Amino acid sequence: MSGIVKTFPGVRALDGVSFDVEAGEVHALVGENGAGKSTLMKILAGALPADAGEIALDGRTVRIDGPKAAEQLGIGMIYQEFNLVPDLGVIENIVLGVEPRRGIFLDRRAAADEAAHALAELDIVLPLDRPTRRLTVAQQQLTEIAKCLLRQARLIVMDEPTAALTDRETDALFALIAKLKAQGVAFVYISHRLEELPRIADRITVLRDGRTIETRAAAAMPEADLIRLMVGRPLDSHYPDLPPVSDGAAVVLDVRALSADGSVPVRDVAFGVRAGEVVGLAGLVGAGRTDIVRAIAGADVPSSGEVAVDGKRIVVRSPADAIRAGIVLIPEDRKAQGLVLGMSVRENTTLAHLADFERNGLVDRRAETAATNQEIGELHIRTPSSEQTVRNLSGGNQQKVVLAKWLIGRARVFLFDEPTRGVDVGGKAEIYALMAELLRQGAAIVMVSSELPEVLGMSHRVLVVRGGMIRAEFARADATPQKVIAVATGAAA
Amino acid sequence: MAETKVQATLEGRASDATAQARRRSLLRVAAFAAGFIVLVLAVNALTHGDFLTERNLTNVLRQITVNAIMAVGQTFVIITAGIDLSVGSIVGVSGVVAAIVANSLHMSSPFVFVVTLFAALGVGALSGYVNALPVVRLNLPPFITTLAMMQVARGLAYILSHGQPVPLQNSAPFDWLGTGAFAGIPYQVIVMAVVAIAFAVILGRTAYGRYVLALGGNEEAARLAGIDTRRTKTIVYVISGGCAALAGLLLMARFASGSPQSGTGYELQCIAAVVVGGTSLMGGRGSIVGTFFGALLIGVLNNVMNLLNIESYTQQIVLGIVILLAVILDELRKRYLAR
Repeated sequence: MSGIVKTFPGVRALDGVSFDVEAGEVHALVGENGAGKSTLMKILAGALPADAGEIALDGRTVRIDGPKAAEQLGIGMIYQEFNLVPDLGVIENIVLGVEPRRGIFLDRRAAADEAAHALAELDIVLPLDRPTRRLTVAQQQLTEIAKCLLRQARLIVMDEPTAALTDRETDALFALIAKLKAQGVAFVYISHRLEELPRIADRITVLRDGRTIETRAAAAMPEADLIRLMVGRPLDSHYPDLPPVSDGAAVVLDVRALSADGSVPVRDVAFGVRAGEVVGLAGLVGAGRTDIVRAIAGADVPSSGEVAVDGKRIVVRSPADAIRAGIVLIPEDRKAQGLVLGMSVRENTTLAHLADFERNGLVDRRAETAATNQEIGELHIRTPSSEQTVRNLSGGNQQKVVLAKWLIGRARVFLFDEPTRGVDVGGKAEIYALMAELLRQGAAIVMVSSELPEVLGMSHRVLVVRGGMIRAEFARADATPQKVIAVATGAAA
Repeated sequence: MAETKVQATLEGRASDATAQARRRSLLRVAAFAAGFIVLVLAVNALTHGDFLTERNLTNVLRQITVNAIMAVGQTFVIITAGIDLSVGSIVGVSGVVAAIVANSLHMSSPFVFVVTLFAALGVGALSGYVNALPVVRLNLPPFITTLAMMQVARGLAYILSHGQPVPLQNSAPFDWLGTGAFAGIPYQVIVMAVVAIAFAVILGRTAYGRYVLALGGNEEAARLAGIDTRRTKTIVYVISGGCAALAGLLLMARFASGSPQSGTGYELQCIAAVVVGGTSLMGGRGSIVGTFFGALLIGVLNNVMNLLNIESYTQQIVLGIVILLAVILDELRKRYLAR
C-alpha cells in the first residue's frame, strides 16, 4: 500500500501512508488510538474506499472496491469484534457465503468435510455443531482463522487478537501463526500489547496521526523506542507514583459476605477500601472479577451480603441506588455499556446527573455545555466540540467521556473495570494520572484489570479472584507476578 | 497562561463549530422553504387554484389531527426501538367508552366533558400500561404484546357497544370540540397543536425526553447510568395509549357517536407518519417536529389526490411509494452526513 489518503469530516485520518508485507512475514502495525491503523486496514479489507493512493498485490496494482473483492484477492480480515453469526454452528460459519451446493440445496456433508479439513490442517479441535455464541473467545477466533484459510487467504489481518485471550490461549495462537507463516501466509498484526511484539513480529511499523513514522525489524526495536515513536515524546514511566494511603484513612467502601448470581457466581466476597486507596482485583478472564464489581454497583442484583459507604449501610437493588450512595462503575465494554454512541459528548457526559441540570422542569443546555466543556478541558478529550457524536471519537477519547460522566457527580467509590482496554499508551498515562488525582481527593478505587503489570503498578493492595471468590490478598510490596499467577491459576495451595 | 490559551482555543473551536452548524442549518431551512413554495405553487396550478384556499387548507389540517396526535405518541415508542400496534383499536374502544360514559351522565356540559375526557384517557393509559408490563417485566417483544392488545381492545369495543355505533344522546358538551372553531381555526386543530408542542418540549427539553432517547440508543448504558429504564419504557406506552385515546375522543366528538370500528388500520398510518418524519425504527433518534411534518405530508398528498380526482385505489399505491421514497431519502441524507 502506498500513499494512502483518507479524509473524514473534519479529520484527515490517513495522510499518505505506505506499508508493505512480505509472504511468510508477520508485520506488526502499532500506534496510538486514532493513529489510523483501523482505517488503513479497513481500506485493505475493502470496508472503506481510499481517497487516494494505490494498493499492489504481487507487484500488480489492484482495485479493492468491496469486502468480496478483498476476499477474492486472498485478503482475510479478523476484526476484534468477530464477524460470526452467533446462532450458527462452527461449520456453517466457516463455509458462510461459500457453501458447497448440490443443485439448489446446501450440501451439508461437503460443508462438514471442508470445515473439518480446514481445522485439521491447523491441528485444532472445535465443537463443530455448537452455536458459536457458546464458544470461548479463543475458539471463536480459531473459527475466524479457519474461515480465512478456507477462502485461500494469503494475507490475514488481525486486529488486537490477544486482547481477550488468556496467556495459554495466546501461546497457542502464536504457535498457529508461526505454522501458517511457514506455509507462506503473511500477517498484519495490530496490537496495543507492546510486550508481545518481540515474540511474534518480524517487522514493526509505527503510525502516528495518519502518517507512517518508521518501519524497523522487530529485533532492532526496543520497547522504549517503540513508545517514543508512538507518542512522539519520551514517556518516562507507565505508572504514576501512587500517593501512599495515610494511616488514619477511613474505610470508604466496606463489602461484607457479598454473593450474587451473575454470569459467574460470586460467593462470600468481603473487603474494604480506604480513602485514597486503590484495591486491584487480579485473576484470569472469567474468574468473576467483573461480576464482583457489577454486584457492588447494582448492575447485577446481589443475592445476599452488605455494602456500606462511609460507614453507612446501603441497599443496592439497581445502579441508581449505588449511584445515589456514591458508587460508580466504569464498565469494561464502553461501547455496549458505557456510552450511548449516537448521542453527543454533552448528552453522554450529563446523562447520569441530568437532574442537576434541570431548571423549572427543563434541561438547561447552557449549563450542560459549560460543565461538559470543563470536563473536555480537564480530561484533554480530543473532540471538535461538545456536540460531536461520541461514535466519531477514538477509543481512548470515548473512554474519557465515560469518565467525564462520573466525574461531574460526587462519587466516593470508583469501580474501574478494565479501564485501559483498547486505549493507547498516551491515553493510559492520562487515565492513571486521573486515578491518582481522584485518590488525592479522597476517593476509593477498585480496579479490575487483565494486565498484570497494570494491577501491580496501580494498586496499593491486590486481591486475587478465582471461581467468584477472593483467594488471596497481597500488599503492594509483596505482590509479585509469580505469586499472583500462582493463586489465580490455582497452582498454589 | 498555558491553561488560558487552551481554554481560549477550545472556546474558539466550539463557537466556530456552532457558527458553522448554524449557517448550515439556516441554509437548509432556506432551501426547504424555497422548495416548499415552488411545490405549493405547482400543486395549486395543477388543481386550478383549489388547493390554496383557506377552506381547503383548514380541511387538510382537520383531516390530519387524528393521525398526527396518534403519531406523536407512537414517536416515543419507536424511539425506544419499540412499536405500538394497538393504537388503532384504542381509538375504537376509547371512543365507545367515551360515548357510553357521556350518555350515562346527567350533569352540566362542562362536567360531562371533563369526566368523559378522563374516562377516555384512562382507557388509553391503562391499555398502554398493560402493553408495557410484559415488555419491561419479561422482555417480550412489543410487537407481540401490542398485537395482542390490538385484538383485545377491538374486541372490547365491539362487546361494550354491542357491535353498533353508540350515538351521543346529547352532543352539546362535545360540539365545540367536534365541529367548533376558535377565530376560524377548528378546535381539533388547536388540540393537535397543543399536544404536538407539549410533547415536542417533553422529548427535546426535559430529562424524561433525554432518557427516552438514551434508552433507545443504548438501553444497558442508560440503565448503568442510573436511569430507571423500566419506568421510562412503561411511560412511553402510556403516552402512546393516551394519545390514541385522545384521538378516539376527537373522532367521537366529530361524529357525535362512538363507533367500535373507528380507528381500524390507523396504526399503520401513524407508523408511516413517524417513519416519514425521520424517526429511526432502530431507536435512539427521532423528533416530534419530524413526525408532525410526516403526518402533514401524508395529509397533503391525500388532499391533492382527492382534488385531482385520482381514484382511491391509485391513491394507496402513490402513498406506498411516497413512504418508501421518504425513508430512502432520509437514509441517503444520513449517509451523506456520515461521510
